[in-house]
Parts: sequence; structure tokens; C-alpha cells
Amino acid sequence: MRTISGEAVTQAVKQLFLSACRMPEHGALAAIESAHKKETSAPAKEALRQLVENARIARQTGMPYCQDTGMAVVFVELGQDVRIEGSLPEAIQEGVRRAYEEGYFRKSVRDPLTGQNTGDNTPAVIHYDVVPGDKLRIFAAPKGFGSENMSRIAMLRPADGISGARKFVIETAQKAGPNACPPLVIGVGIGGTFDQVALAAKRALTRDVGVPHADPFYAKLEEEWLLEINRLGVGPQGMGGRTTALSLAIEALPTHIAGLPVACNINCHVARHMREVL
Amino acid sequence: MTPKHHFKHVQAPLDKSALKDLKSGDRVLLSGTIYTLRDAGHKRLLELLEQGEAPPFPLENAVIYYVGPSPAVGDRAIGSAGPTTSSRMDPYTPQLIVQGLSGMIGKGYRDHCVVDAMKEYGAVYFAATGGAGALLSKTILESKVLAWEDLGPEALRQLVVKDMPLTVIIDTDGRDLYLEGPRTWRESHGILDPSLGNEAECPTL
Repeated sequence: MRTISGEAVTQAVKQLFLSACRMPEHGALAAIESAHKKETSAPAKEALRQLVENARIARQTGMPYCQDTGMAVVFVELGQDVRIEGSLPEAIQEGVRRAYEEGYFRKSVRDPLTGQNTGDNTPAVIHYDVVPGDKLRIFAAPKGFGSENMSRIAMLRPADGISGARKFVIETAQKAGPNACPPLVIGVGIGGTFDQVALAAKRALTRDVGVPHADPFYAKLEEEWLLEINRLGVGPQGMGGRTTALSLAIEALPTHIAGLPVACNINCHVARHMREVL
Repeated sequence: MTPKHHFKHVQAPLDKSALKDLKSGDRVLLSGTIYTLRDAGHKRLLELLEQGEAPPFPLENAVIYYVGPSPAVGDRAIGSAGPTTSSRMDPYTPQLIVQGLSGMIGKGYRDHCVVDAMKEYGAVYFAATGGAGALLSKTILESKVLAWEDLGPEALRQLVVKDMPLTVIIDTDGRDLYLEGPRTWRESHGILDPSLGNEAECPTL
């Protein structure tokens, strides 16, 4: 049995959020730079230039890349041979609390109806998996709501099949349009139950931008749907252009014979995420 | 790099007479005094106006920036300060346009009630680059809270900006770059309409 202190978890979580809020995901930045070279429409090209410049300024000044530093989403893979000293959930919440305070990040979390702000950007949204081994994997993804608000879920019929899922995903990207700060990064969940499919879509966003699905069947769908989304012409910032989305990742789960749940979780171009293994 | 001479220079407060020169798709550099307001601030402003009280800033020719900045670090005027989604302000906006509002800065679609008011009373809608919070922060020279400090990032702030890079999305003729930009791009690539297929078709009997 390996022991990890709660403070080590807190420090790791804090560092992950401090870094993630100050820089775009590595693959996303490379994709934005490449899109900037290829884009021909003037407003779109200028928007992409500003995004590249923005990343440089954020890196230089330590200012968050975007003022919406989001809700703190954390995926945890806890090895079953690891023991955490103290409370693991509290250690994670404390890391989030410290990052948002020390980083001068915006505290955007509030009661949904009274509007009362929690004051420290907690609670973080934490998803736990227990896995074999003696490692603790932490994955931090601050999630802004300009893009979260444009996400959708549908309980399709089995008869709708691949083409129904495809239509739903492409429609979602089109409806998101300029609201979700395109070029978009798109996570698609297919299958499972109502609750699982939304989480699968969120988990799909944890894949690095530009990395295809390990299964060639889904990798091909990802490629085809992305191509179609980039024929919508929405373009950077929705002003028209060739780059509507940078990437599309699918996570599929077994589902019931009577259903075909599909969820589309939209992320903005920055696709912030960082990981650490303890 | 886009040369600066491709930008029109615009001054805020934004005189109504200057609006007709701002066309959908124009890139501008905005300088002068603007005000920040989001959902909660709009609600309070409208409540004040309904009670017949004076607004905390002159609405005539005003430009409002939809932003909830992150806290300022050190001697900076403000933290990261990119636009938030404008459509959340749509229910409040026509009333403000009637009261003299000339310009709005945000990102994303507006509804037809906003566009109708813009055409009738004169106002333009600009977009700042969504996500470019650090870059936009550098164009903000001064920031001071005018009212509703209890709203935190949603407080009403007066900003002094210099050469803030914006794009005119909707002009006083109601032309909308979010509709025309993608359509133009599709047409120039021979894609007439986004075809999603799978429309419900009756089986052949």
C-alpha cells in the first residue's frame, strides 16, 4: 500500500489549475497557429492572430488566458493500492481554492437560483474512477460556460443510427456558432445511459487535441464529422471561414437495445486541461 | 500581422452621427470611455430606470462592454477581460437602446428585438475576440467601479480604453456578419447550404 499525503494532492491540483488557466492546451495552440496560416477571410485571420498573441501575453504576464476561468472539473483515477492521508475530496477542493485565489482567477461559482457566490470557485466537479495500481492520476480541466451553454444531449432512437448521431452533432456545432468562441473543440458521448452519455462527452474533451480515437471505426467517424463541421463556414469567432472546429473526439459506451443517447459537449478553442500522476 | 491602417478609429462615447459609417464586417480600434455590464447589472439598471431614477452613467451615446473581468494583478488596471455571450443581455437591451445606448461589445448572436431597436433608434453591435482576455486587458488603461460593487465581477465599471480591437457585427441597417460571413464563405466554396441529411422521409409503400 502506497501512501500519498493530502497536502501533496492539494499542491498538485493547485499547480494544474494555475497552469491550465494561463495557457491553451498544447495541441489546440498548434492547431490555432496552423489554422491562422490557412485562413483566407480577413476578420477570421485577424481573430486567429489575436488568439495566438493572447496566448503569448498570458504566458508572459501570468494573466489568465480568458477571464472565464470556469468551473473546476477534475477527473481522478485512484489506484486501488494507494492510500490518501486525510480526505481526498477535501484535498482536491483545497487545491482549487488556492489556485483561484493565488492566480487572481475569477470566482464564477454560485447558487443556481439565489445567486449567492461561494467565494472561492468551489465546489470543484470531481469524477472518481478506481483503477488497478498504486498511482493517483489527476486531470484538471477548467470549463468556461460560453461553450458549456451551447452543449446538448439527445435520446435518439436506434433507427436514427450513425446518421442521426452525425446530424445531431453537426447541428449542435452550427447552433453554437459564434457564442462558444470558435474554433471549437468538440466532445461527443454516444451510448450508455442519460447521465453516462454527458460524462462521456466531457471525458472525450480530456483527450489531447489532434489525437484520434484508438478504434479505427470511431477515428474515421471523428474525421468525417469534423470535416463536415468545417464545411459549415461558421469560422473563427463565427465571422465566416474554414476553421469552425479544431478537433472532435468521440467516447462510445455500450447502451440499451431500445436507445441511442448522444451528447455533445462544446469546448472553446483554448481546450484547457492539464494532467499529473502522483 | 494586420496593418493598423485596415482599422477604423472610433471614439467612445459614440456619437449617433458616427454610426452610419460603421458597416458590418468593419474592423475598428475603439478608444475612450466605456462601461461594463453583465446580466445582474443590467437587471439593476433596468429597475432604476423603471423607478424613474437617474442611471449611474449617461446612457446617451454610451458604449457597454459585456465583460466580467478577472481580478487585477499588481498595478494593472484590470485582469483578463474578454467578452461574454451577449444574448443573455437581449431581454434588457432594446430598452437601453431607446434610452440612447449607441454601442455594445460582446460575442455571439443577438435576437431580432435587439436588431430591430438598433435599426430604429441607431446602435451598433461590436464583437471583441472571445477568449482573448489577456490581449484585451492590455487595451484597458483605467478601470473604476461606479456602482454595485457587491456584484463582484458583475459590478458596473467605467473603463478607459485605447485602441481596443473590435469587429462590427451588426450595423444600423441590421446587416449581420454572423449570418453573412459564413454564407459568403460557403458560397465561395460551392457549398450552398449546410446539408444535414436524415430528414424524416416516409418509406416508399
